[in-house]
Amino acid sequence: MDAKNCFHCGNEMVDNEAIYFDEKEFCCNGCKTVYEIFSQNDLTCYYDFENAPGVTPQDIIGKYDFLDDEKISSKLLDFQEANTSIVSLYIPHIHCSSCIWILENLQKLQEGITTSQVNFPEKKVRITFNTSLTSLKEITYLLSSIGYEPYISLENFDSGKKNVDRSLIYKLGVAFFCFGNIMLLSFPEYFEVEEYWINQYRGFFRWLIFALSLPSFLYSASDYYVSAYKSLKSKLLNIDIPIALGIIVMFVRSTIDIVFNFGQGFFDSLTGLVFFMLLGKLFQQKTYNFLSFERDYKSYFPIAITKLNADGSEAPIQIYDIEKGDRLLIRNQELLPVDGVLISEKAAIDYSFVTGEAVPIEKKSGDKVFAGGKLNGKNIEIEVLYTVSQSYLTQLWSNDVFQKKIEQKHKTITDQVSRYFTSILLVFAFSVFVFWLFIDVTTAFNVLTAILIVACPCALALTAPFTLGNVLRIMGKQKMYLKNAVVIEQLAKVDTVVFDKTGTITTNKKTSITYEGNTLKQEEIGLLKNTLRGSNHPLSRRLYDFLPQVEKVVPSHFEEIIGKGIEATFNNQIVKLGSSDYLEHISENTHKKTKVHIAINGIYKGSFIFNNQYRKGLEELFESLSKSYSLTILSGDNDGERKILEKMLPENTQFIFNQKPEQKLQYIENLQKEGKYVMMVGDGLNDAGALAQSNVGISISENVNVFSPACDGIMDASEFSNIHYYLQYAKSAMRTIYMSFGLSLLYNLIGLSFAVSGNLSPLVAAIIMPLSSITIVSFVTVMSNYYARKNRKMAL
Amino acid sequence: MSVIYILITVSIVVAIVFLIAFIKAVKSGQFDDDYTPSVRILFDDEIKKSPSKIIKVEKQKSI
Repeated sequence: MDAKNCFHCGNEMVDNEAIYFDEKEFCCNGCKTVYEIFSQNDLTCYYDFENAPGVTPQDIIGKYDFLDDEKISSKLLDFQEANTSIVSLYIPHIHCSSCIWILENLQKLQEGITTSQVNFPEKKVRITFNTSLTSLKEITYLLSSIGYEPYISLENFDSGKKNVDRSLIYKLGVAFFCFGNIMLLSFPEYFEVEEYWINQYRGFFRWLIFALSLPSFLYSASDYYVSAYKSLKSKLLNIDIPIALGIIVMFVRSTIDIVFNFGQGFFDSLTGLVFFMLLGKLFQQKTYNFLSFERDYKSYFPIAITKLNADGSEAPIQIYDIEKGDRLLIRNQELLPVDGVLISEKAAIDYSFVTGEAVPIEKKSGDKVFAGGKLNGKNIEIEVLYTVSQSYLTQLWSNDVFQKKIEQKHKTITDQVSRYFTSILLVFAFSVFVFWLFIDVTTAFNVLTAILIVACPCALALTAPFTLGNVLRIMGKQKMYLKNAVVIEQLAKVDTVVFDKTGTITTNKKTSITYEGNTLKQEEIGLLKNTLRGSNHPLSRRLYDFLPQVEKVVPSHFEEIIGKGIEATFNNQIVKLGSSDYLEHISENTHKKTKVHIAINGIYKGSFIFNNQYRKGLEELFESLSKSYSLTILSGDNDGERKILEKMLPENTQFIFNQKPEQKLQYIENLQKEGKYVMMVGDGLNDAGALAQSNVGISISENVNVFSPACDGIMDASEFSNIHYYLQYAKSAMRTIYMSFGLSLLYNLIGLSFAVSGNLSPLVAAIIMPLSSITIVSFVTVMSNYYARKNRKMAL
Repeated sequence: MSVIYILITVSIVVAIVFLIAFIKAVKSGQFDDDYTPSVRILFDDEIKKSPSKIIKVEKQKSI
């Protein structure tokens, strides 16, 4: 093996750059320092659980100074009393067992920390500490220094303490308790009909069963009554009406049965039904704790920033307290929280959050800078023009689409089917009831109740939760994380797919670089590479990675002019590289491409051109999608790549360039007005409006732990070529649901034939109900797994 | 009084005890995180290892 990997972070490194310490190799001083901290505290077991689990710590001096402010830090704490405080911090880097181990041994690194506990699925660590010995700021710096920088954003500030809703689990527990005990106590009567023993204890068993069914009937099933009542009030027939009706009728009739000693009642079926249906509800509630689908600008924004007072002193200020005319100090890599005017001479601002464009934009003194940009380079000073809520970026969120909830946009398939089902059932039940009234009044009541009991659409109600829950899990394993089950139904209806360009159909990672100009000699390439080594500009890093390995030479003079270029001197040779402006070279080409120009010893050599690289499988994906969907590329970029894209993609693809975020939203809205069902695939905050407006908004992400805007689903970028597969799979899932609807109606018919003739015994009901539920559940599970395997391409 | 009353009462009481235990467990948040405890239980005395021993282990690994 040629390349060596850093002992701490696992990055590949060049041999002669490695730092040796304690017989181990490190790629940089940062990694070495973390190792030193661990080894001094006997915590090197960190490296035993997993190979190279760490990450290089980032430079964060000053970044968390705002935690000194009591008002701000107390908002972040979960609990605070006397000297004890508890804080939960979100740490995106948590990914393996080593992480859990080191974070749960924090008390060895910092005095004052009492305990720390990791919640792995949520990527959170809960730290209890003594405020007289340490502070939140110290803990944050400690975590950052070992590479576990917590993510603190404006969202933490607002949300406060969240209450976890566990009522479904309680209800399920109670339902299972009732169901299990009632089943056991029902057995004697199933098998021994007219014997001395059972006759003696019959009353005892029956009343015990009655008592046991009460918690299930009154507590566990309560959601169904509420929902049925609500839907009756709004005059919509949903599936919960026949369910609630079935449960209540079952309970009332069973109670009458045991009071007048007619029989044992249907308490066993009743509690079984409640239990199975709650189980279905729980199954459908698959959530991805580590992902958030509700993000807005708040999760991107810092909680506080440095304000410059009139006397020149610095003080942290909470974002919401910023006022027009304030002067702010923005540090390298900090996000601008408000719109303002640049006061410092120059700044390079990376708007990739807002526009998806990775190349930083250069601003001069007096230029307007917009919220959402990230500073690259030296600290700057700005004067505030608008407060946070009035900034250009945050305005986008005041649009109505962000207020709507997805459930209101959509009617589920079960509700659609049950509208017919409920009305037919009620009409049928009462006509049979009237028919029997003429023959025998007692039987008529028996038949009516039997029909309502047997027709209780438990199988129907189980179909969709189990199918969609299963599909949700399968997709999750394939790295397509959907917000909830409703999204699958919507995916199946999509007829138009809209793609964003930058970051969505192109990758941010690999950019193919081409060279244009006079051919460079080997030694000139060497000079270039050595010049680039010292620069942290994103283009420099990419170009550095692109150029072949050379021997390391340290320049005698090195200067980086932010937003312009680099100049370096090596034994009389001067290398200059940067923008055309910096090299005073007027390029006859359009400025549409991103270029780095090179001059050596004052002679212009040429330029490196950075082309966007399209994702693998893009052409095939569009080819196959174009057969059944209409496709659009909706980009915020200029149309520099129109020709290439037109050549690559099918003819009927539409291209729309130069779209602002709100224009994107508008475009989707217009499509919907034409009756289209739109899926939007995007990535950045600039797509946030379009993602929210579309029927299905899928956000694509190179790393799902990194932030993505509010959407209905988050897809790992490696799955890009499988978009068509997911669409087809969603359709297959709906087909499965229709098939099992047919199956469950068949069961209902069989049950009805017993009921209509007045022969429904508790034993028959107790057999039919679980049997139908179990067959339905296994049918949908088998079918959805079968469809999952079909058509799937392997991830690239 | 027949023994069956006693037996059934006992069995129901036991079942109720388990139900209460379950509800208490849910309330205390035991079911919120079902992954971390499974890893945590495997950590125990690592911290007591002497540094020299750890380095030895690492050497073998890197080969």
